Amino acid sequence: MTRRLTASLALAGLVALIGADLMRSPPNPYHAPPVFALGSGVTAAGGFCGALPN
Amino acid sequence: MSDTSLAPIRAPKVTMARTGLIGAALIVIGLVALFAGARFGLMLAIGLGFGVALEGLRFGFAGPWRAMILRREPAGILAQFLAIALVACVAIPLLTAHPEELSGAQAPIGWAMIGGAFVFGAAMQVVLGCGSGTLVNAGSGNPVGLLALPFFAIGSFAGAYHLIWWTGLGALPILTLRGIPGLAVTLAGLALLAGLFWALGKPGSRRVPTRYLVAALVLAALAIANLVVAGQPWGVVYGLGLWAAKGAVALGADLSGSAFWAASGSVERLRSSVLTDYTSLTDFGLIAGAFGVAAWRRGGLAQPLPSYPARAWVATVIAGLLLGYSSRLAFGCNVGAFFSGIATGSLHGWVWFVAAFAGAFVGIRLRPLVGLEART
Repeated sequence: MTRRLTASLALAGLVALIGADLMRSPPNPYHAPPVFALGSGVTAAGGFCGALPN
Repeated sequence: MSDTSLAPIRAPKVTMARTGLIGAALIVIGLVALFAGARFGLMLAIGLGFGVALEGLRFGFAGPWRAMILRREPAGILAQFLAIALVACVAIPLLTAHPEELSGAQAPIGWAMIGGAFVFGAAMQVVLGCGSGTLVNAGSGNPVGLLALPFFAIGSFAGAYHLIWWTGLGALPILTLRGIPGLAVTLAGLALLAGLFWALGKPGSRRVPTRYLVAALVLAALAIANLVVAGQPWGVVYGLGLWAAKGAVALGADLSGSAFWAASGSVERLRSSVLTDYTSLTDFGLIAGAFGVAAWRRGGLAQPLPSYPARAWVATVIAGLLLGYSSRLAFGCNVGAFFSGIATGSLHGWVWFVAAFAGAFVGIRLRPLVGLEART
């Protein structure tokens, strides 16, 4: 066995994760924020590992 | 003779495969931009850049720490400090000027945070993969990284679930360095650390190779782009925990007992697509970018898988869980706390580095004991 198998498994896992999530929570491009946060005037609100819950 | 005759046939195949990789990346970025939003497509592109840079330039965090501790080779750590300093030069003034639109990797210093960083430092040396490293390793076909990754995600979910309890054990208010004075203190601190590691380094191994300098420049540029586009710094472990939390909810779990996952912001993100979560997008990019580089390299995916004893795989599972759990208590991994924390002026980033580096000494001793390398 080579790394081709394990790397392919990693990519397949990624596709499966995104696919399963798309079926439950499809994105809505009409609610998308401006391309750049800087200069948008919108408060930053993404999840981050350093942030305590709001 | 046969190699020479086959070369013209192989060359177009390789070119086609590489063109296919670039094309696939562009198509996926375009689809995410089209169906989720341009910002999210751009974040995926930035994540792919991180993956390509880390795997392509063979740069990371765990390896250079190991090189410093075992062989007194400081080049990798010096390059890390350089990258952090470059990001700080842009990020700290930007955060000071745009406090609403941009947020830093700012978190409180506390007992659980310090303990978490220590455990993370140890676990990342056991599997030789930090937050970004585990994703890159998995994408490039490293079986240890691939096995550790799902348990990293589960650990990150569990750590976030209990985060408020752990933080309640005692924590200082969030302490940040702001403005030009804050930037000056950050740069001075990084210069002091760099000087210390340079002095501790073995003579003859102190020169930072061009590959590391390029890696530092590219990572810094991508990290700044991450901040400008997402409004928050580069992070890794939040996304992993979110994937596990979404999986738990899909299986019927009730997360209302967790102050973290029941908070309004978390509930909103649990309901939203992973394609709209910034850390998830850069995490996807890290895995896919590393895969792309491994597939691009001649023979990159043809390497045989290593053989380890059973205890090594058990240790990988445990280390994966610990990496995830501890990084949440520590308010980030080497990326979210050390790299982005220091670069955005959070004092917890400095404490994280000291605690995790101390933990790395323990992890380096544990790695051969669990069978992940030949005992020396």
